[in-house]
Amino acid sequence: MFELLGVAPQVLFGQLLLGLINGSFYALLSLGLAVIFGMLNVINFAHGAQYMLGAFAAWMLMQWAGVNYWLALFLAPTVVGLVGVVLEKTLLSRLYKLDHLYGLLLTFGLALMLEGGFRHQFGVSGMPYPIPDALKGGQNLGFMFMPNYRGWVVVASLTVCLGTWYAIERTQLGAYLRAATENPVLVQAFGINVPIMITATYGFGVALAGLAGVLAAPIYQVNPLMGSNLIIIVFAVVVIGGMGSILGAIVTGLGLGLLEGLTKVFYPEASNIVIFVVMAIVLLIKPAGLFGRER
Amino acid sequence: MAVNTDVADVVVRPATGLSNRNLWFALGLLLAVAAPFQFYPVFLMKVLCFALFACAFNLLIGFAGLLSFGHAAFFGGSAYVTAHAAKVWGLTPELAILAGMLFAAVLGLLFGAIAIRRQGIYFAMITLALSQMVFFMALQMKFTGGEDGIQAVPRGHLFGLIDLADPLAMYYTVLAIFVGGFALIWRTVHSPFGQVLKAIRENEPRAVSLGYRTERYKLLAFVLSATLAGLAGSTKALVFQLASLTDVTWQMSGEVVLMTLLGGMGTLLGPVVGAALVVTLQNYLAATNLPVTVVIGAIFVVCVLLFRRGIVGEAQRVLGKAAR
Amino acid sequence: MRTLLLTGAAFAALVSGSASAQVSDNVIKIGVLNDRSGIYADIAGEGSAVAARMAVEEFGGKVAGATVEVITGDHQNKADIAANLARQWIDTDKVDVIADVPNSAAALAVQGITKDKKRIFLMSGPGSTDLTGKSCSPTGFHWTYDNHAMAAGTGRALVEQGKKSWYFITADYAFGHSLEAETTAMVKQLNGTVKGAVRHPLGTADFSSYLLQAQGSGAQVIGLANAGGDTTNAVKQAAEFGITQGGQDLAGLLLFINDVHALGLSTAQGLLLTTGFYWDMNDETRAWAKKFEEKVGRKPSMIQAGVYSSVRHYLQAVQAAGTDDAEKVAAKMRATPVNDMLMKNGKIAENGRVFHDMYLAQVKKPAESKGAWDYYKIVSTMPAAQAFLDPKNSGCPLVKLAQN
Repeated sequence: MFELLGVAPQVLFGQLLLGLINGSFYALLSLGLAVIFGMLNVINFAHGAQYMLGAFAAWMLMQWAGVNYWLALFLAPTVVGLVGVVLEKTLLSRLYKLDHLYGLLLTFGLALMLEGGFRHQFGVSGMPYPIPDALKGGQNLGFMFMPNYRGWVVVASLTVCLGTWYAIERTQLGAYLRAATENPVLVQAFGINVPIMITATYGFGVALAGLAGVLAAPIYQVNPLMGSNLIIIVFAVVVIGGMGSILGAIVTGLGLGLLEGLTKVFYPEASNIVIFVVMAIVLLIKPAGLFGRER
Repeated sequence: MAVNTDVADVVVRPATGLSNRNLWFALGLLLAVAAPFQFYPVFLMKVLCFALFACAFNLLIGFAGLLSFGHAAFFGGSAYVTAHAAKVWGLTPELAILAGMLFAAVLGLLFGAIAIRRQGIYFAMITLALSQMVFFMALQMKFTGGEDGIQAVPRGHLFGLIDLADPLAMYYTVLAIFVGGFALIWRTVHSPFGQVLKAIRENEPRAVSLGYRTERYKLLAFVLSATLAGLAGSTKALVFQLASLTDVTWQMSGEVVLMTLLGGMGTLLGPVVGAALVVTLQNYLAATNLPVTVVIGAIFVVCVLLFRRGIVGEAQRVLGKAAR
Repeated sequence: MRTLLLTGAAFAALVSGSASAQVSDNVIKIGVLNDRSGIYADIAGEGSAVAARMAVEEFGGKVAGATVEVITGDHQNKADIAANLARQWIDTDKVDVIADVPNSAAALAVQGITKDKKRIFLMSGPGSTDLTGKSCSPTGFHWTYDNHAMAAGTGRALVEQGKKSWYFITADYAFGHSLEAETTAMVKQLNGTVKGAVRHPLGTADFSSYLLQAQGSGAQVIGLANAGGDTTNAVKQAAEFGITQGGQDLAGLLLFINDVHALGLSTAQGLLLTTGFYWDMNDETRAWAKKFEEKVGRKPSMIQAGVYSSVRHYLQAVQAAGTDDAEKVAAKMRATPVNDMLMKNGKIAENGRVFHDMYLAQVKKPAESKGAWDYYKIVSTMPAAQAFLDPKNSGCPLVKLAQN
């Protein structure tokens, strides 16, 4: 077989595929963040913790209620979304009149509380969550052995991402949402209940994080710190993609996952920082992000 | 970030001229000098280092209105440089600290140049991500020792004369550094430069229309803040004789935000009070079984919702009302 | 004349009386410092504190006329927290001896402090050979295992089976580097090759890209130079990616019984490992493990057994020396062989290394196991001299160099 720049193709394609899998997580998570920021102008620092909540919800459902993975895929995000709705109604909404940075600080404090609480209760080792039977095993693709479950993750993430993009950009409800962020007073004058929309949007964004958590549970082990490791990377993705842009979040998430995979092949030491280097470059050239609009 | 403007943003305005303020300052200094005989010196030094860190951070948020979520990069980065300088290059402590500060200043210039272009939340996000880059570099580079950190950093002899292994000598050195840094911040705030910064914070377009090159002022404030944060980090590395990854994590950046918020953003004493409280709380909680992060997070939430002026801010408001 | 004699007698009585009260503050405080909430919480954690207390109970809670107290601390696998806690314990809390400290980076930091402040350090948890090498201390004792023993045991066994080419997945801190270095030296000594290595941060959740690189290297053995949660994650994900189906072997270079318990016998069966203690070896170990299980709810790991053994030997030495002065007790510890359920005739060398036999074990097949925790069969015994580095070659400045 040929060698590309001294690297065997198995390694290259294998890492690219792994990069794609990571990228779908980035896309799904940054989608939730972008939705929340686009609509509410709030940086949801608690997004990582809510992702962790989704994984724990799935685990708890399995441990205490015998709920299987497929049901958990719907139940866990709903539960986490409801938690988000409660948070928004009781805490976040008080801060909308103030500087947006207070929203950031509030969600930061919430993230600390959630992660600290779960860490205190469950330790850091991680609870095992089994891969559902239907997705066990893998396909030998020649250049690597791909576990079925990881393939499912890519499919599920892309479906949800594209579905959300379509809902927001192409449907009437989405149009109302986008209008509400541009000019809430006017939209409210048209008779649309803007506060409920905002609450529902936050809940939806959080539910997306929870869904990512359920998807992650069988591969990354359910542990309280799983969110804090991921959240900063997702922030960088959102900044690069353009902070309010849905499409930007999806495309950038996938793209950066692939870039990370490539870096792991040729220059593994830099694989952690390549995303931030890209961000610095993008910000120097196009401060609003690749797909963003100036606010 | 618009900070409360109905609050006098200097030290308690003296009712009877300058003498009152000087008296308070002298009293504080006396207490600080006597403190190591009553309290564990290492604990006090930790408080002083974090107080300086918080004051440096406050210079940016409280007076220039820029929330940086990546100050740990300066704090921890200069800790590494100082630790390396003292241990491997064998520099005396004051030179090692200067090396750390220089690193922080350069890094501040770099970060500032990229981040200043944006405001508000974007600025915060950019500083956060840039400091994560520093974290991952610290994780990878050989000289930082990765998870091990740089251990057994020698405290050395200050100016080649004073042996800093003696806890009292180290304490007074740290106290001197803190007072120097604090004095610099005080002087900056009460200077024409400080006035312009406040103007930029209140209404940047107006400041621009008055002819000020606001970008330059913001950048200078950023570099100054970074350098002083670096000073705090370098000193801490010598106190604990260790530089580790904990100092460059984003959680550390969050901690300094909490200290400043709790103490009072935009006040001079606020960060000191906030730092002292948070460090004491962490120390106290570590001995119990209570989860420290949860308590810290709860304080954050409460502060943001109900207590935005912080302790010193609230105190000033109450005292200000009483004076009327 | 009589008053003079009486005064003299009274004075003598006073002096001799105070000589026996030589334990500082009349309390012997043992600080068990380890990871209580992280990836090493099960193999050390609260279990180590229980083990220490079991040793204290054997002395009735009092040694050399002073009460014995055990306190605990959580270093969260961070060297700076460990160092600060150790310093504070010694400076303000009057702790006399520090025990356990898994995580070699933390142990190295604590050893620096105990060496400076002249306190005894009983290391059961960490693995780095530097602790009895270039960072050795006159009051530091490395008790249960170290990375050289792991390499000498598991590494040698695999190479002798014909698995000569290796690739390492290493935890990127002092312990991982040391384990990788020791095993590399052993493999090369036996004419094997090392195809490469990749370093991962401590507490990594996703090993997929590292495993892929290991697969791509074509090495016969993938050596996991990590421990605790990292090892179990790596083994589980290796199963997910079909590593063993592809013909490569996995070698967990530091495996504890808790890891095997977490993995389950069907995943872990056949794995070779080196251990300093197994609960099911003889009646003594079974009896002690039973008592431990009643208190903790699981069988002891070798680290926890080592904490018991080291604290017991320490208290015995304090009893004999009549004081808790670190240097005197250390001398007594070195002068006496260690005899308990963990080891017979264990000898302590000048660099602090405790020499005792190690055991090569293999994880049983599910059919061979009679129940929970019945996981190992002992394949062979490695005599102490083979398991541990000769102190003269350790690089410890306290040991006079070998004469040529």
